[in-house]
Amino acid sequence: MMPLLLANTNMMWYAPPLIAAISLVYAATHHERMTPILIHAARLAVMISGFMLLIMAVLAAISWQL
Amino acid sequence: MSKVVSVASEAQQEVIELKDPAIAALLAWLVPGLGHLYQRRTAKGILFMVCILSTFFFGLFCSNGHAVYASWQNWDKRLPYLCQVGVGLPALPALVQTYLVRSGKEPLFGGVMAPPVDAAQLNEWYRDLNKYFELGTVYTMIAGLLNILAIYDAWGGPVPIDEEERKKKSPDDGEPPTDS
Repeated sequence: MMPLLLANTNMMWYAPPLIAAISLVYAATHHERMTPILIHAARLAVMISGFMLLIMAVLAAISWQL
Repeated sequence: MSKVVSVASEAQQEVIELKDPAIAALLAWLVPGLGHLYQRRTAKGILFMVCILSTFFFGLFCSNGHAVYASWQNWDKRLPYLCQVGVGLPALPALVQTYLVRSGKEPLFGGVMAPPVDAAQLNEWYRDLNKYFELGTVYTMIAGLLNILAIYDAWGGPVPIDEEERKKKSPDDGEPPTDS
């Protein structure tokens, strides 16, 4: 049995927390202070999300007539 | 023994003292963020701890504790565990559970991190948990891999910013980062 809380959650909602965690950890390995870490993480999160949206758009376009 | 690294951070040169890099790296593997806390890099330590442990335990939670297990049977070679073990101590109970199950004993903690007894049980997990088994596996693997970055940071300090990017930010900046 899967946890009840997760049963009706759209799979897309699992991406943002993971993107946030990856961005923060990656950015933290490039800076020592919090402000540059947060700025770098925000930029990286936007880049990752944009790339994923682009891939989603391409997949949606090529499967349009299927 | 401490190591001092000089890092070009934004428009300024920053000197960071890395206390006992080898011990810090070991601590960072055991518990994400602990190596940084040992080096008194508190903010980063807490950030690593929160991000990595929450990712790992969320993955474990959404797979009902089955996504993390160690198995090297012919019918189930659990390669994801090699990534998951990067998170250190939180993934090590899987080894104890494997020992218990393989020696015919009851696993601890209600079977959390215990390997499947046979292929039929593994199929049952896939059927019951469906996509959440894979989701949990992905989350826990990513947590382990992220901790490898944190371990490197505890051992060697922040990765130097790309030279060109650094020059763009501060054209008159000093020398590139060096170890001393």
